[in-house]
Amino acid sequence: MLEPVNISLEALNLSTLMPMLIAIGGGLIILLIDLVKENLDKSLYVMLTILILLVDLGATTGLTYGATQKGFFDILLMDGIAVLSQALVLVASILFIPLSLTSKRFHEYSYPEFFALFLFMIAGFQFMVSSDNLILIFIGLETASLSLYTLIALHNRSNSFEAAVKYFTMGALAAGFFTMGSAVLYGISGSLELSQIATAISERMNDSGVMVLILGGAGLLLAAFAFKLSLFPFHTWAPDVYEGASAPLAGFMSVVPKVAAFVVSMRIFEMFIELQVHWVQTMVIVLAVITMTVTNLMALVQEDVKRMLAYSSISHAGFVMVAIALATDKANVGVFLYYSLFMFTNLGAFTMLWVSRHKDRVHHARFDHPYDKFRGMIKIMPMGAVVMALFMLSLAGVPPFSVFWGKIYLMSATVDAGYIWLAVIMGLNSAVAAYYYLKLIVYMFLKEPSADINQKTVYYNVSRPLLTILGFAVIVTVASIWIVNPLIEYITTMIQATNFGI
Amino acid sequence: MDNILSILIFFPALAGLLGFVVDKHSAKVYGIAVASIELLLSLGLWAKFDTTNGGMQFVEKSDIIPQFGISYNVGVDGISLFIVIMAALITLLGIILLRDNTKNMKNMIVSLLFLEMTMVGVFLTLDAIMFYLFWELSLVPMLYIIGAWGGPDRVYAAVKFFLYTFAGSLIMLVGLLATAYLYHEATGDWSFSILDWYTLELTETQQFWLFLAFFAGFAIKVPMFPFHTWLPWAHGQAPTIGSVILAAVLLKMGTYGFVRFSLPILPDASVTFTPFIMMLSIIMVIYTAMVAFAQKDMKQVIAYSSVSHMGVIMLGVFAMNAEGLGGSVFLMLSHGIVSGALFMLVGVIYERRGTKLMSEFGGLAASMPVYATIFGVMLMAAVGLPLTIGFVGEFLVLLGFYNVSPLGTVLAGSTIIIGAVYMLVLYKRSFFGPLTNEKNKDLEDLDKRELTALIPLVLIVVWLGVYPKPVLEPIDNSVKLLLTQMEKKAISTETKEAIVISKKEAK
Repeated sequence: MLEPVNISLEALNLSTLMPMLIAIGGGLIILLIDLVKENLDKSLYVMLTILILLVDLGATTGLTYGATQKGFFDILLMDGIAVLSQALVLVASILFIPLSLTSKRFHEYSYPEFFALFLFMIAGFQFMVSSDNLILIFIGLETASLSLYTLIALHNRSNSFEAAVKYFTMGALAAGFFTMGSAVLYGISGSLELSQIATAISERMNDSGVMVLILGGAGLLLAAFAFKLSLFPFHTWAPDVYEGASAPLAGFMSVVPKVAAFVVSMRIFEMFIELQVHWVQTMVIVLAVITMTVTNLMALVQEDVKRMLAYSSISHAGFVMVAIALATDKANVGVFLYYSLFMFTNLGAFTMLWVSRHKDRVHHARFDHPYDKFRGMIKIMPMGAVVMALFMLSLAGVPPFSVFWGKIYLMSATVDAGYIWLAVIMGLNSAVAAYYYLKLIVYMFLKEPSADINQKTVYYNVSRPLLTILGFAVIVTVASIWIVNPLIEYITTMIQATNFGI
Repeated sequence: MDNILSILIFFPALAGLLGFVVDKHSAKVYGIAVASIELLLSLGLWAKFDTTNGGMQFVEKSDIIPQFGISYNVGVDGISLFIVIMAALITLLGIILLRDNTKNMKNMIVSLLFLEMTMVGVFLTLDAIMFYLFWELSLVPMLYIIGAWGGPDRVYAAVKFFLYTFAGSLIMLVGLLATAYLYHEATGDWSFSILDWYTLELTETQQFWLFLAFFAGFAIKVPMFPFHTWLPWAHGQAPTIGSVILAAVLLKMGTYGFVRFSLPILPDASVTFTPFIMMLSIIMVIYTAMVAFAQKDMKQVIAYSSVSHMGVIMLGVFAMNAEGLGGSVFLMLSHGIVSGALFMLVGVIYERRGTKLMSEFGGLAASMPVYATIFGVMLMAAVGLPLTIGFVGEFLVLLGFYNVSPLGTVLAGSTIIIGAVYMLVLYKRSFFGPLTNEKNKDLEDLDKRELTALIPLVLIVVWLGVYPKPVLEPIDNSVKLLLTQMEKKAISTETKEAIVISKKEAK
């Protein structure tokens, strides 16, 4: 007969669970409302979701955090990066949700399930980033991913279904790699907690045959996260999925799942690197370099702005991946700095696509956002063209716009770690990338508009909430020079309150 | 006005923002007014400038990103003072010369004002990241000016210009970050302040690699042979105003970068690289002069001659003595004024005839006497005739460079001869001889607008050619201080010997 387990309520430290509970509870409330009264307007759900996310944000930032702050049977870990990444995820979500208030009616937002699923997804990401237990990470990852597949498919179009199915299949494969990798690590250490795995590995490093297992486990996990982070050669799904998803959701996907996956990568791979498993470091650098270079070249030949932005997001992920290989505090600060600045710019750029989105493809048989659509935009809608150009310049890394600061911080971290050649490659890649961002600027500013395009066709989907979000993104993009210092300060304290494996 | 430098930098930007509101028919007058105020402010700076002090003056400093050592830090010395005044002057005259029927006048004025901010910012800032910021930002308005108002291949030329410079400066950025890191290693503090970097001790290997990184950024901008291929495109396609500002001010950013960054931060590497730079510069001087001789298009002749003279500036920078360096800073000014004026003059005739081919002209002196006179004066200045502005700088550079390499000086001196040949051929073909082409008979001479833009430049060419002392003296003071710092910082004795601060000491 089993012994009854006695655990005091304080040891459970239930407050660490609050953020996720708020998101899940919020999702349930939305479903309940739908049960009680049907045909409510989407604006109600949007505002409710924002409120729930705000409460969630308050609960998250109010948590006591620390390198050893554990809770809920010791499987939740509320360290610096857990809190930080949750805050980042929540801010990105708060920016994303109002984008559903478009002037034209889009199918998916009429279902309250959309918003409930969205909140469940956020809860999934929150679980994923705030644990060092491989099982909980896996559960969080799958909860979030399954909700995301559905959200993509809800955008009722044939290529959205294609995107969702593609993403689902690839995600299932990645999940397989993840479980196998975890199993191997469990085999070495007898534990699923990363801190215990680290201790076990450091003890058994020199035993015969263990190194092969370590490499196998690390390799499988690396493949799993390469899928999630869309690193070469596991990136092929990403452009199609971005293209099939609605523009704001694509922008969201280029930030939030990436941040969550980067946090877990930090926990797992920086542990290996700190344990002197050099193979992992080499592998990560190789993946990062190939990813940013190859996808940059692919982005050059795209005909559709959204696909170009998809490839560019992958390239940015490759750029940031360098930080994982460096495994220094400064590099980790760089990851969060990069994404917190990139978030506004990229979401802004995708929002500009959303603003000009038609229900049917009016410009091109195959693409929603061909370059031709932006021809001579400066003549038709000067403000829109200037805003889009600002986003493009920022993405290209032209100072003083937001992404530039993330870029130099990461490049500086690379130089500090002694990888000058890597920093040069990162610089040259930014120069290549400048070409395709510039291409859009050239279309908008230097070409004559075509006859069938006017303000109405471009501003087709605009509404006040969209403009508000855009304005916010522009302000952060342009004035980022003033927020970089407090951001670095905050992120540094959070990173210092984190225990990376050892 | 202790914060006059900040006003100088941000006044045009603010004016540019407000310029969006100004009515398009009044935009040109608005631009002239703003640029005049900016010029007056810069002249005011000169009036308050202590010409006996070679160090940084009017220094302002406030932290922006203290966590990363980035601060807003500006200051002016004899080297940057006159380049800033020249930038303000050329912008004003360029705006005056704009035709009233220029399309999208408002966008043009706003771009020019933003460009002016970045130009002034590059020359005044003392923080490496702020320098990089203004440096990169200057590409954006120029891209638009070439791309929107240029010739048939304007988009290609504009994008080529942007990408070429952008790629080079990203490598330079890695160099800047590495220098900051080495400073952090040495002192424990993060700092991007150039003045702090002047005190940083670097080994010769470190200097070697950093020099190459900086070289990538600056050499493309100058543009040094063989990185000059973007410039003929840019000049060929750019509108008059674009070429004027590109040649007069933007190219000076590259040579200024060498003076402000490479020499004082990396003195040993600068001396090590002198033969290499010398070789490239002499090739650049002679090769582009010959290419200029072969051109059929007036504007291309001026463009290549401008590159050729940039080579002479580079020689002076790496002469490592007060005459050469001071002369090359002076030559930066005279090159700005002369090549700016020449591009304006080509623009004038292009507006009248819609062509720049020399074969289309001939005997213009008969139909446009005033135009021919001004063109002649500028041509003489470009060739380096004594008593014009071009002579002073070129003479000093060659004098200074003679200490380094007599042979190199002779080769570089031949540029004056080749320069005289192609310039005089251009003049002969276009202005003398019989008026054969019917279309040239009734050409109007310069009107009031064009005279307003060109006469000040003629006056400066003569004034500074006859009496350059008020400009040369502050330049000389700052250059000597810079060389003293270099010598103090140099590690190897060879470097210390190569740096000659003044004639007396050499004896």
